[in-house]
Amino acid sequence: MERHFIVRGMAVGAIGGLLAFLFARIFAEPQIQKAIDYESGRHTAQSALDKAAGLAVEHEHAEPFSRAFQGNVGIGVGIIAFGIAMGALYAVAYALACGRTGKVRPRTLALLVAGGGFLALYLIPFAKYPANPPAIGHEDTIRERSGLYLLMVGISIVVLVAGAWLGQRLQARFGTWNATLLAVLACAVVLGAVMLVLPSFGELSANVEAYGHHATETPLPLRDAQGRIVYPGFPADTLFAFRFFSVAAQAVLWGTIGLCFAPLAERLLGPRPDTNAAPATV
Amino acid sequence: MSTSTTLDGARTGSTPVVLGGTRAALWLFGTVLLGVALYYFIGIDQGATSVFGNDTHVHEFVHDARHFLGFPCH
Repeated sequence: MERHFIVRGMAVGAIGGLLAFLFARIFAEPQIQKAIDYESGRHTAQSALDKAAGLAVEHEHAEPFSRAFQGNVGIGVGIIAFGIAMGALYAVAYALACGRTGKVRPRTLALLVAGGGFLALYLIPFAKYPANPPAIGHEDTIRERSGLYLLMVGISIVVLVAGAWLGQRLQARFGTWNATLLAVLACAVVLGAVMLVLPSFGELSANVEAYGHHATETPLPLRDAQGRIVYPGFPADTLFAFRFFSVAAQAVLWGTIGLCFAPLAERLLGPRPDTNAAPATV
Repeated sequence: MSTSTTLDGARTGSTPVVLGGTRAALWLFGTVLLGVALYYFIGIDQGATSVFGNDTHVHEFVHDARHFLGFPCH
């Protein structure tokens, strides 16, 4: 039975990844290009400032893949492979949740598990450490940022699983509705506390030293020696659009996984009027 | 297929427990490993840490996807 789930999970993950890639190709790529244009414009301005101040000018390193390749093939392979990975983990979560999450139909459970995956693996970490387009993020903090992001992902998974367990425990005493509300509230309180405690990316020591106290690593306006702005800060609209599309693409991915897996799970697990002996082998 | 599969809930419409035995556990464990490895190579490798040493090909190849999927990038 578990193999049926895994194969189907990875298949629906691939479909979800494909749709998310198409979405990204249409909506995200223009924003990524804008961010890269901003980055190179800023780099040019910085070089001019450095030259005027008599400093050594940094040269940009050559990239192993062209922009066209990254923006068409690379993003496609990346997102579809990510979809397959999420589909695989989803199938495991679904198999484990079966029969352990109260009286839920296979179809409904498919949507609930997909919703949980979307929240735990993306949306909750995003609330603290949102997706950033190129040009945002300092090279010397990549270790700390990756560690904090993964920590946030791990905590989200643990808290949501614990929340589901807590809901089950409370269900006998408070009923399904109230138990669910209480479990959600408990998760929100714990996650809120964790987000308060964890540092913002702008507050990492390397950033505070170089730029002072800021909430994020979003580039500030570039100023010359007299303090005049010679290059603007990162465009807010580009940042918003990029993040919004990032959330939307993950919603497409997880939505596809949940909606495509639901009828498959129903067919594998659901009541069969003629025979209950063996699950379908198709 | 695992023979210890039970379909208790099949008639009531709710989901039955479907797992049983070591085979199932191994399959699930292997799948999780595969999923996590993919997650790592798309999101993390050659950022903060790298299994192929000081090279940026994996990073640059999935560069746009990495940014868009929410992973921290340079």
